[in-house]
Amino acid sequence: MEIFGVSLPGLLSQLLLGLVNGSFYAILSLGLAVIFGLLNVINFAHGALFMMGAVLTWMAMNYFGINYWVMLLLAPLVVGGFGVLIERLLLRWIYKLDHLYGLLLTLGLTLLIEGVFRSVYGVSGLGYDTPELLEGATNLGFMYMPNYRAWVVVASIGVCIGTWYVIEKTKLGAYLRAGTENPRLVEAFGINVPVMITLTYAFGAALAAFAGVLSAPVYQVSPLMGQNLIIVVFAVVVIGGMGSIMGSILTGLGLGVIEGFTKVFYPEASSTVVFVIMVIVLLIRPAGLFGKEK
Amino acid sequence: MKNKLTMLALMLGAAGLATPALAQDKVKIGFTTDMSSLYSDVEGKNGAMAIQMAIDDFGGKVLGMPIELLTADHQNKADIAASKAREWVDTQNVTMLFGGTNSGTALAMAKVAEEKKRVYFNSGAGSSALTNAQCSPYTVHYAYDTVALAKGAGGAIVEAGGKNWFFLTADYAFGQALEADASNVVKGKGGTVVGSVRHPLNASDFSSFLLQAKSSKAQVLAMANAGGDLINSIKAAKEFGISKDMKMTALLMFISDVHSMGLRNTEGLQFVDSWYWDQDEDSRKFANRFFEKAKRMPTSIQAADYSATTTYLKAVEAAKSTDADKVMAELRKMKINDFYAKGGVIRPDGRMVHDLFLVEVKKPAESTKPWDYFKIVKKLPGDQVFTTKAESKCALWK
Repeated sequence: MEIFGVSLPGLLSQLLLGLVNGSFYAILSLGLAVIFGLLNVINFAHGALFMMGAVLTWMAMNYFGINYWVMLLLAPLVVGGFGVLIERLLLRWIYKLDHLYGLLLTLGLTLLIEGVFRSVYGVSGLGYDTPELLEGATNLGFMYMPNYRAWVVVASIGVCIGTWYVIEKTKLGAYLRAGTENPRLVEAFGINVPVMITLTYAFGAALAAFAGVLSAPVYQVSPLMGQNLIIVVFAVVVIGGMGSIMGSILTGLGLGVIEGFTKVFYPEASSTVVFVIMVIVLLIRPAGLFGKEK
Repeated sequence: MKNKLTMLALMLGAAGLATPALAQDKVKIGFTTDMSSLYSDVEGKNGAMAIQMAIDDFGGKVLGMPIELLTADHQNKADIAASKAREWVDTQNVTMLFGGTNSGTALAMAKVAEEKKRVYFNSGAGSSALTNAQCSPYTVHYAYDTVALAKGAGGAIVEAGGKNWFFLTADYAFGQALEADASNVVKGKGGTVVGSVRHPLNASDFSSFLLQAKSSKAQVLAMANAGGDLINSIKAAKEFGISKDMKMTALLMFISDVHSMGLRNTEGLQFVDSWYWDQDEDSRKFANRFFEKAKRMPTSIQAADYSATTTYLKAVEAAKSTDADKVMAELRKMKINDFYAKGGVIRPDGRMVHDLFLVEVKKPAESTKPWDYFKIVKKLPGDQVFTTKAESKCALWK
């Protein structure tokens, strides 16, 4: 059976591959959405934090022999800690200013962080092997699926759903959401809003680092690896609607799949298709697919 | 007061304009390359180091004048490369311009060199236009070019039995040119091209394109891309088991790429390079000295930078002048014999013709020491792989 000249198994395998990329988009755009939702900061440093997660994973393996599974926990913690520093020392001072200042500050930070790693490791990047447990591939009949990529999908969807649950369904999440709406009132109820904000930024940073660890065996670990991804991820957030948690997860996965199909039918457009969709969505629903008009 | 200051400034300006016309007291080489971005591991600041090594080995002086090296990072921007070159010639009286990686910057510098009548060397850039459609009487293209890479890899692999080809191509001028050149060679040798897929620059995920390559059932997968795109394609090819089914060849690859990916990801891959550090005793000697300073083995381009500098200085010595026309005349008479090139000659179109090599990346078990990465499969004679007189559109070579 063929659809537009591509066999059905061919399409199925592209669907799966699209989901793998979509998982990265989902987890990164989720972090951006959480940070924007609570802090009103457009976090341009997200790509750099993602890269730090991957590079830390490489460093731990090569200097200390710490394996992938430990880093899956440790890298987000370390980068989360770094996030605390960024929020406490820098972002804190500009909340009262226009969004643009947050964007500029985090963009500057990105250039700084990437510059430091580039001067130490160069640009060709560092190779990171797939953890032994997930090496090899499974023959699904219609395609040959590397085990590691399947794991990426499972792990990131798990983390995304966990995050959505915490924010939408728990008491802590309710505080967070209330804090976004009216911080003063929430503070009046005896909740420490500044600490909550710091932790939110740290959590967003940790999510980026988690995606970084996941990506280390798939992509070449390189100081510039965040740059290519982050622009697409911003488009994902815009399409899904700024600040919408479920919106960014679903949009991330969906756009990954659409991009995957574009790679079959018209590969030359695969890097632009996301932006074309963004333009269309902005024209029809300026607040994004899942966003609420304010 | 203001008028006096203006007068003073004008006088100083006039004095400044007059200085270059004064007698030359130094031989200056101006080198620009990508020192911070995607090509910086291939040449970069270690390319500048190789040039400085050549200057020091030459004794630091030629025609009794000290030799000075000026360097700049062109950041892959043609306008920066061109304006830096112009500035160096106008204010520093640079006698030789040395361009680096990135064909766009290389072509821009070649134009400045022609206009200002300065000798122009380049070993990092790949575009064959430097010595073909846009050739200049002052250009020396020293190491390799896209035509030689395509002809070398295409010819050798078809002859070894790889008849059906599929291309994974970066969707811009460089990738398309490589694909076109290699396709012609493959077809000319009796092979077929069963398909190709064009990916956008910096695509990061290649799995989808590679599945298309695999379902084409071709014997050879040729990658007409470079840098990060190439690295990510090769990694994904390994992951999806494509390297087991297809012979893979990269149309532009360097030892720094192999080093960063590791042998496990690259074993069995074939490509064309102009030099390998472990190819003979002289090369090893240079490579070890380079390693002492840089803590990594030289790429073929960095080795070519050294060789090109020595060649230029010898020509200056023979011409007893730094005048570009006289030096170019000497360069065209020379036979280049050193650790980098054997019997190399500079043609009227500016192409330095020398032998290239088809190399294959070793299996991890075959590698016995650090940086022990390549087996030389075949020597590719320069007169067969570079553009021929019949193919050339260069007006200087008619």
